[in-house]
Amino acid sequence: MLVSAKELQSDAFEELAMPLFDRLYNFAYWLTQNRDETEDLVQETYAKALKGFSSFQPGTNFRAWMYRILRNTFLTSRTGLKATMTVPLDSEENGRELTSESPTPEAILIERADRQRMQNAIDDLPVASREILLLCEVEEMSYREIAEALSIPVGTVMSRLARARKMLAERLRG
Amino acid sequence: MVCESWKSQLDTYLDGELPSDEMHAFDAHVRSCASCAADALARVQIKRSVRAAGKRFIARAEFRRRVEDGMAMKPRRSAVGWGWMITAAMLTLLLVVGLGVTYNQHRRAGQEQQVYSELADLHVATLASTSPVDVVSSDRHTVKPWFQGKIPFTFNLPELQNSEFSLVGGRITYFEQTPGAHLIYKLRKHEISVFIFQGGIAPSLRDEHSAVTRRLSFNMETWSQGGLWYCIVGDASAADVHELAELLKLSASS
Repeated sequence: MLVSAKELQSDAFEELAMPLFDRLYNFAYWLTQNRDETEDLVQETYAKALKGFSSFQPGTNFRAWMYRILRNTFLTSRTGLKATMTVPLDSEENGRELTSESPTPEAILIERADRQRMQNAIDDLPVASREILLLCEVEEMSYREIAEALSIPVGTVMSRLARARKMLAERLRG
Repeated sequence: MVCESWKSQLDTYLDGELPSDEMHAFDAHVRSCASCAADALARVQIKRSVRAAGKRFIARAEFRRRVEDGMAMKPRRSAVGWGWMITAAMLTLLLVVGLGVTYNQHRRAGQEQQVYSELADLHVATLASTSPVDVVSSDRHTVKPWFQGKIPFTFNLPELQNSEFSLVGGRITYFEQTPGAHLIYKLRKHEISVFIFQGGIAPSLRDEHSAVTRRLSFNMETWSQGGLWYCIVGDASAADVHELAELLKLSASS
């Protein structure tokens, strides 16, 4: 049976990309906060990734590559542009920021064990904080992988993550 | 405060991102400092809560199908002109050999399932053990020679410097009375087993290549290379399991 190189490439892509579908969808929904836009975003991400799969270098991190495409697609969408125009992506850049000193929000959280409250708090974060927190805690990405997905230095990952955690704590406290 | 410098690094520590020597120092400190231990516990609770709350949205089955179909829009193997002829020929062939193949498939599927189940059991039992590895080292040049004289073959291990994987160590394992190598790798918080046996094992599974499959909630990938049979088992994602398989294949061919 004759199989073209393009078909082989497409099969290889499908094999690598489809296991990430549920996670990418969840992440996309957190970014857009809207089902229709999430579906458009995920579909466009898969289409772009398939088209650019030949440029993907084997041995490098495929997952980070997919998230980078999704995130870049989001940033150029209407919702993404709006989100990043209203909230500066980064003002701190490199350098570590001290995390919140008070254990009060944690104690409050443990006491109430309120999932909905946590979801609201995450929802309420600016998109740059929301995405980095989710990549670290939900996707369990390493700092290096997050840096690759967001196209930022590892130092910025650390400072942005610290800021996101601090903001989350403030929202839980409030 | 005495603990200020520790606390400023607490999140990095809990993310598992400190260098290993600092990690050990931090472990020791947290064990001896009630204040930092309490703080660490509270932050772990927060991490867990974010993780639980973060897994929130599930795609509609219809949408998933649409994305899969989108990828299937690629030119399919059955072009209009020849497609029906190939299909008809294959159907005829299937009819002729159908019964025999069905029988063999059932037998093979049963055998496959048994092999995968046993390897998954080995993986779980090893990780549950108090000493999962007999040679504890992240250095492949220490782990590989340790197997010399213990198993009747040798193998190459990949350089992991530019990857997220790290080698935990290895041990001898036995499968169907055959000795083999059992290596454990770590990726973030996932532990992944790599089993290597001589080609004689599980003859029905000795495909040159095989995709990542999900069995018993684990992702597994098996292949044969250079007379050896490899099987990766772990709860890491299919993409991560495949990435490790590619690294091993590359080192085996070098």
